Amino acid sequence: MMQQSTLDPTDAVLRRVVGAGDVFFERVRHGQFLRIVDLEGNQAADTLFYNAEDTAERYSAVDTMREQRNIYLGVGTTLMSTEGRAMLRIVADTVGRHDTLGGACASESNTVRYDLERRHMHSCRDSWMLAVVLNEACGLTKRDITHNINFFMNVPVTPDGVLTFEDGLSGPGKYVEMCADMDVLVLISNCPQLNNPCNGYNPTPIEVLVWDPA
Amino acid sequence: MPYSTQLQGGAHWSFTMRRGTLLTLTDIAGGGNAGMLLFNAAQPLERYNAPDTLKCQHSFFLTAGHCLYSDMGRILCSIVGDEVGWHDTVCGTSNAAMVERQFGASSYQRDRNDRLQNGRHAFLTEAAKYGLGRRDMAANVNWFSKVTAGADGTMQFVDGHSQAGSSVSLRFEMDTLVLLHTCPHPLDPAAIYPRRPIGVSIGEAPPMAADDPCLHSAAENARGFANTALYNQMPHAGH
Repeated sequence: MMQQSTLDPTDAVLRRVVGAGDVFFERVRHGQFLRIVDLEGNQAADTLFYNAEDTAERYSAVDTMREQRNIYLGVGTTLMSTEGRAMLRIVADTVGRHDTLGGACASESNTVRYDLERRHMHSCRDSWMLAVVLNEACGLTKRDITHNINFFMNVPVTPDGVLTFEDGLSGPGKYVEMCADMDVLVLISNCPQLNNPCNGYNPTPIEVLVWDPA
Repeated sequence: MPYSTQLQGGAHWSFTMRRGTLLTLTDIAGGGNAGMLLFNAAQPLERYNAPDTLKCQHSFFLTAGHCLYSDMGRILCSIVGDEVGWHDTVCGTSNAAMVERQFGASSYQRDRNDRLQNGRHAFLTEAAKYGLGRRDMAANVNWFSKVTAGADGTMQFVDGHSQAGSSVSLRFEMDTLVLLHTCPHPLDPAAIYPRRPIGVSIGEAPPMAADDPCLHSAAENARGFANTALYNQMPHAGH
């Protein structure tokens, strides 16, 4: 389901363009709105959320899918935590659906998926590893780097259980917007993957915007 | 030394499977569920990763020929036998609030060992024995349970999927810490807490043959086994 937002980017309290291979790591407060824009289309924004007051509570892909009885994320999805609580709600979306099955690319899984000699290639998990080490005060480590959301990514599943990575449903300027139901840390890796169609083999920038409660 | 036991429904256990051993789980009564999390026994920061497992093998479920991948591109164990055909790894596990909502309140004081255990507390109890905790929880396997996704993504729990006596066998490719519980699947619609026993059998695994189905079921798995062989050759492996 498509749902346009009424929020005006000129009113945003934060606007930041994040290049492919870079990280966005900020706190979003309860009631604030968070929008991620696929500036050039066909990008993947690999995203993790943590309860800012207790980072051992975090986004849970399996609880989110199970509680809404649907594997795709979109308008109306409540992003659930590992403690079974609502973290954020998707309130606007011009893409249609987003993935939370496929996980993030990693140097290590790239060796399995593509070639043993591709371990040098940049990956979302490596971006996150560096982000948590450079922000030690947040108390996050590799243990906290888990099963994420892939905003803008298209991972269809057939009724007989075949899972594929397909060309994205997204396009230039399409976005997804959430309202936070608790103070959260937002950790986004703008995906640098060069080996599959999740970002059209051409990683491009995203923009992240935050608005205060209306 | 083969060892066999039975876990009653709503129970939990943990143990280390050595490389080259075989773990067979049996759904004794049918319609059972066995929740599982796996960690590298020598370095538990390396653990089972459901999304990598699914995408490396282009599958939404687990069955014979599939391998269970860690987040480090290695194979913790491979499914060398399966009489069920579909095992879920995308639904997570139950928590205390869900179990109370569905089956009513329960306490040890009142119900003793028939208290209504939930999957999350079962995993956390076992995890804590190894210094692991909430931060180490991940998408688990639900052996014997089937949940499909329709064309629009709708998830459907298949009631009574697993037949009485069905088994699944895992050959361990690395020394692996296994957390196991027999709490109901979180989408099991039962009105009364299902308490279905799971047989657990541990023994030696036959050596991997050149035509091993797990090795050949996907080009990715040949590379996964190569990564695992490299790790097992490293001087520290297994210690």
